[in-house]
Amino acid sequence: MAFITANWNPLGEAFYRKTELYEMCWTLRDGLRDSLVAAAPYGGPIALLREPLRRSPSSRPQLEIYSASGVGIASFPWKSGPVVQLGWTVSDELLCIQEDGSVLIYDLFGSFKRHFSMGQEVVQTQVLEAKVFHSPYGTGVAIVTGSSRFTLATNIDDLKLRRLPEVPGLQGKPSCWVVLTQDRQTKVLLSNGLDLYIVDNTSCTAVVPPGLSPQAGSVVHMSVSFSYKYLALFTDSGHLWTGTSNLQEKLSEVDTKKTTTPRQMVWCRRPKSQQPSVVLMWDRLLLVAGVCNDTIQFPLEDPCVLIGELDGVRIISSTNQELLQEVPLVCQDIFKIASMAPGALLLEAHREYEKLSQKADEYLREIKEQSMLGEAVKQCVEAAGHEYDTNTQKSLMRAASFGKCFLTDFSPDQFVSTCRELRVLNSVRESSVGLPLTHAQFKQMTVQVLIDRLVYRQFYPLAIEICRYLKIPDYQGVSRVLKHWASCKVQQKDLSDEAIARAVCVKVGDSPGVSYSDIAARAYECGRTELAIKLLDFEARSGEQVPLLLKMKRSQLALCKAVESGDTDLVYTVVSYLKNEMNRGDFFMTLRNQPVALSLYRQFCKLQEQETLKDLYNQDDDHQELANYYVTASYKEKRLESRLSLLQSAVDEYNKAKNEFAAKATEDEMRLLRFQRKLDDEKGAGLLGLSLQATMEALLALGLHKQAEQLYRDFRVPDKRYWWLKLKSLAEKEEWEELEKFSKSKKSPIGYLAFVEVCMKCNNKYEAKKYVSKVTPEQKVKAHLAVSDLEGAADAAIERRNEAEMGAVLSRCSASDRLVIDRLNRARAGAAKK
Amino acid sequence: MAAHLSYGRVNLNILREAARKELREFLDKCAGSKAIVWDEYLTGPFGLIAQYSLLKEHEVEKMFTLKSGRLPSADVKNIIFFVRPRLELMDIIAENVFSEDKHHSSRDFHILFVPRRSMLCEQRLKEQGVLGSFINIDEYILDLIPYDGDLLSMEYESAFRECYLENDQTSLYHTAKGLMTLQALYGTIPQIYGKGDCARHVANMMLRMKREFAGTQNQILPVFDTLLLLDRNVDLLTPLATQLTYEGLIDEIYGINNGYVKLPPEKFAQKKQGEASKDLPTEPKKLQLNSAEELYAEIRDKNFNAVGAALSKKAKIISAAFEERHNAKTVGEIKQFVSQLPHMQAARSSLANHTSIAELIKDITTSEAFFDNLTVEQEFMTGVDTDKVNTYIEDCIAQKDPLIKILRLVCMQSVCNNGLKQKVLDYYKREILQTYGYEHILTLNNLEKGGLLKPQTSSRNNYPTIRKTLKLWMEDANEQNPNDISYVYSGYAPLSIRLTQVLARPGWRSIEEVLKMLPGPHFEERQQLPSGLHKKRQQGENRTTLVFFLGGVTYAEIAALRFLSQMEDSGMEYIIATTKLVNGTTWIKSLMDRPESQTP
Repeated sequence: MAFITANWNPLGEAFYRKTELYEMCWTLRDGLRDSLVAAAPYGGPIALLREPLRRSPSSRPQLEIYSASGVGIASFPWKSGPVVQLGWTVSDELLCIQEDGSVLIYDLFGSFKRHFSMGQEVVQTQVLEAKVFHSPYGTGVAIVTGSSRFTLATNIDDLKLRRLPEVPGLQGKPSCWVVLTQDRQTKVLLSNGLDLYIVDNTSCTAVVPPGLSPQAGSVVHMSVSFSYKYLALFTDSGHLWTGTSNLQEKLSEVDTKKTTTPRQMVWCRRPKSQQPSVVLMWDRLLLVAGVCNDTIQFPLEDPCVLIGELDGVRIISSTNQELLQEVPLVCQDIFKIASMAPGALLLEAHREYEKLSQKADEYLREIKEQSMLGEAVKQCVEAAGHEYDTNTQKSLMRAASFGKCFLTDFSPDQFVSTCRELRVLNSVRESSVGLPLTHAQFKQMTVQVLIDRLVYRQFYPLAIEICRYLKIPDYQGVSRVLKHWASCKVQQKDLSDEAIARAVCVKVGDSPGVSYSDIAARAYECGRTELAIKLLDFEARSGEQVPLLLKMKRSQLALCKAVESGDTDLVYTVVSYLKNEMNRGDFFMTLRNQPVALSLYRQFCKLQEQETLKDLYNQDDDHQELANYYVTASYKEKRLESRLSLLQSAVDEYNKAKNEFAAKATEDEMRLLRFQRKLDDEKGAGLLGLSLQATMEALLALGLHKQAEQLYRDFRVPDKRYWWLKLKSLAEKEEWEELEKFSKSKKSPIGYLAFVEVCMKCNNKYEAKKYVSKVTPEQKVKAHLAVSDLEGAADAAIERRNEAEMGAVLSRCSASDRLVIDRLNRARAGAAKK
Repeated sequence: MAAHLSYGRVNLNILREAARKELREFLDKCAGSKAIVWDEYLTGPFGLIAQYSLLKEHEVEKMFTLKSGRLPSADVKNIIFFVRPRLELMDIIAENVFSEDKHHSSRDFHILFVPRRSMLCEQRLKEQGVLGSFINIDEYILDLIPYDGDLLSMEYESAFRECYLENDQTSLYHTAKGLMTLQALYGTIPQIYGKGDCARHVANMMLRMKREFAGTQNQILPVFDTLLLLDRNVDLLTPLATQLTYEGLIDEIYGINNGYVKLPPEKFAQKKQGEASKDLPTEPKKLQLNSAEELYAEIRDKNFNAVGAALSKKAKIISAAFEERHNAKTVGEIKQFVSQLPHMQAARSSLANHTSIAELIKDITTSEAFFDNLTVEQEFMTGVDTDKVNTYIEDCIAQKDPLIKILRLVCMQSVCNNGLKQKVLDYYKREILQTYGYEHILTLNNLEKGGLLKPQTSSRNNYPTIRKTLKLWMEDANEQNPNDISYVYSGYAPLSIRLTQVLARPGWRSIEEVLKMLPGPHFEERQQLPSGLHKKRQQGENRTTLVFFLGGVTYAEIAALRFLSQMEDSGMEYIIATTKLVNGTTWIKSLMDRPESQTP
């Protein structure tokens, strides 16, 4: 602990430290010499291609992919053309830019994904140099060709090639160049001899960095910072110029006294850093240069590769990996020798406390007197976040926890979240996982992306544990991991469908948000249809199963699932699909096994395809419906003959359906139609299509009594109805004599009150009265009342001794009917006495 | 505008607000001025969700009715079709779009499917070659529409027909979806009871859909304790009977549509002093009927025979209130009086309206025809001579009374007799075909398929058993101060509501035998609640049941449920939902088939 500052190197106001991250797990026979190396920031993977330009077909170079800690992930012989540059995309895909301008994309595990070309003309001119860069739009590629032209693609996922304008006087490749992203524009800065140019979409402009000494010479190396904010230029005279990348401002100029061009030059800064600095690397030397004239120099034994990070530089050699960064201010405050910062005192106090020394109290008092205990705790927590060594983390956190005990109402949030995050970070930093993220990087990257990366590297258990530990809602956490896991699992070739399906089901279970149909779709994409079907079985949402099943041509199953879902629209969809796919016979057979689908299809046919409907009924021997179908169809026919023939078909089907009533009724209708036609022809009666009743009515109105009579007998019309009909008809035509004759033809089946009422309706009281006497005793009162014969009504009521009837008569009496009223009242009183 | 939705036990305004929000979101998706082309059927239900003012706020400038041919011209950026997912409508839309393109090319087209988009329809648009013309194709999930503080309806007219005649369960799918929406807003309903095949199907789909949403746990404290799903075909009798409540009679006689009724105007003529009523209005008088109107809320569910007394009591109160002005002496008192004036005037005009309506209805209910019809209905319901041809029906046929009236009576007789003897049935059928025309053979076939009309198969008529066990007939129904639900039909207690009542107390176990006589299975399901959402019931706090009638419900049944809610010792409050508000006439009409004749 005392040596924590041992690796601190001062540079101006700030300190720089080099922390070992890993002893590399790999064993590289020839180190990093003669290799093309690409390592992604944020602790990303490392790709290695030995002797990329060796063209002998006999010995192919090996492309190797390692985790940041050097654990081998993939290795395969490079069979394509010579590679100019390797690079990683933001989503951990490997870009291999070939001499002929084609770019091959591989995933982390070395499987080929796709390729694209940087332009046809490049095949001829060849790529001289290439760079992979990251911008807000994604990952981009820039190349310079043999004809000294630049081509850019700002986002390889949305490929748009842009050829930049010609640079005056440029022969071959420039001595050095970088890609800048400024004001949402991507530009190239290049150096050719003594000149510097900025090339954008439309123009090429010569530029001069402000304040660069005239004696500095020509720029031979340049580097832009992680955020594209700063630019560093190195000249052939050993001058290092730093400034803003828009070339508006100079930060410093340092004479490194090195005249050889550095192998690599990378910005080393952190958000909120005290000073920006640049790390330069030669064969045997690493040099840190800041704004002051001082430099820090580290000797190098091995060839190394520098990777610029958000908050430092990673240095990878064949044996180990180190992080070079500016010591964060809070760590300086705490660990600087003889620091009196509150955090430093608290750390000391805790240390004494653990030694059971009363000095602890003294230190604490000192902090408390300055009311800085809260600040002290915060400092310790923050510093712990920046430390890589777990022991240091622990002692800082313990000190913070100790300090917290003496504080009331101090929010524990930061303490708790830092503890959690450190545990997560420590676990992913493990060599076996190999994600050497700093706390600042982790914060920038977010836990979601971290989980994605772990999932991508197939560290499923760790990812799930982190999700659970950080209490991420299932939807964004565990479920997402399981989904990826399952999608990956289904590609496992050495396992049987059965085994995989079981494994997936056991793990995924009912996890919310995991769609079995998505997993199944993945399996189907990999050509494992049977597995896909098995997986679909676990899908709870039948609606989701159907489209995939249709895609896999499992239409029968799709129909089952659609029916199960209850979603009729879905059923329709499958049915209409089947209709197009199958021949008619099979289609009908399939429907027959699915009654729900069949009835829906019938509904559809009723509206759209009447003919098919008939076929369907025929197939099912549904004679009843078939008959109904013919009946409906008959009404669409204009010609009587066709109408009758359809009705005959209906009769046949009704008979087959053993519906005697309907068959008979239909035959009657045919008979009636023929009769109507005959009469229409003979007398122009206009009967066709009328109901039997209406026909008789019309006949009576026309005075065709005989024909009406004939219908009445032929169709066995009930007497009652016929009597009513005739009664009304005669009354309406005011054939009173005829009516009277009719009333006497036999005993009326509808009684005689009807006669009274109908006559009254036709305003013939005289005729009405004729029938009053014939009315049954029960209806007498009513009949008398109907013809407004109050006395008669009263007589009848009194005779029948019916109180209700007496009341009814009374209610019709007016004051002038004194006599009747008295009589009725007496009768009522008499009735009441008894 | 919809305050009355929030007064009840369950604030149904939440549902309405959710629906409005969704509508606004869709409208805003189509930036710029808009014209809406309406599927005419939707305008009624939509009126209950959003008035024109809301549409106007979102730049809806014109409204048209969907019809074939060319769209009327309108200087708007967007044309939005609001339609039900029906193929025939798609063809009209395609025609609209086709004839449009030549004249205007700058207008954007959108479709909003209500209540759900359909692949079949989109396929049709594709076949017609217009699918690509639409910028937005969306769905507006409007399954359950709040009609009143305790009433939801899907206004799905053909639900009963589709379910029982055509084996098309689309409406049930919508029902299940609607219930899921309801649960999303009001919490998971822990208990589900049901009776009937459709009820079973809906419950199955609900449970299935719940599984599909596994993991997204509903954290809302359940508002409903129980859901009761009832198939309409469990109780075919009730809708056939003439409703005798005030609201029921308005519906029977004039028809209530989406909360509005159109009445003959004569009785509503403004009688101003000195002005002879020279020009009587000819347009029917349109009135909105819901519980927002205090007087209506009070009398709607009363037996019509008790309405007169209620109205005159109200009249006295109102005129007494107006008399108050003579007692107002101080300025403060006068001010107080004046402040109440608007309310009093509204009450007075409401009273005038309902007095007029009551007079209109009374003219009908006191007629002999109405009385005779009711007498026969009651005979059937009490089981008098249900096995013979009924003379009254015979006479009505002979008089050529409206066919639907005949069908209602014949079906009622069939239901009350558990089917008619073949001879009786054939007689009726023949009478109907001979009198009203042979084409009705299809309608008769439908009624038989739906079970409303059937030949007696088993020798035993189980209706009397059901009637006695469930006490469907109460001799001494008190119409003025009811003590039993039977008051809504002046003696007959609706079977559906008895089932609901028995379920609450003492439970269905007591009527197992009767339940077995009614069609379809009866069942009980429980839905697990997340821990912490179990209700801690206050002492005396009522439980809430949502009763869902699959295939329709009548106003009289609703009145009976409201009566149960108000009963002091019932301990249960009811919210009512249905596929459609029906009465015997509209219900039978939906089952009729009428082939269009080509012959003149």
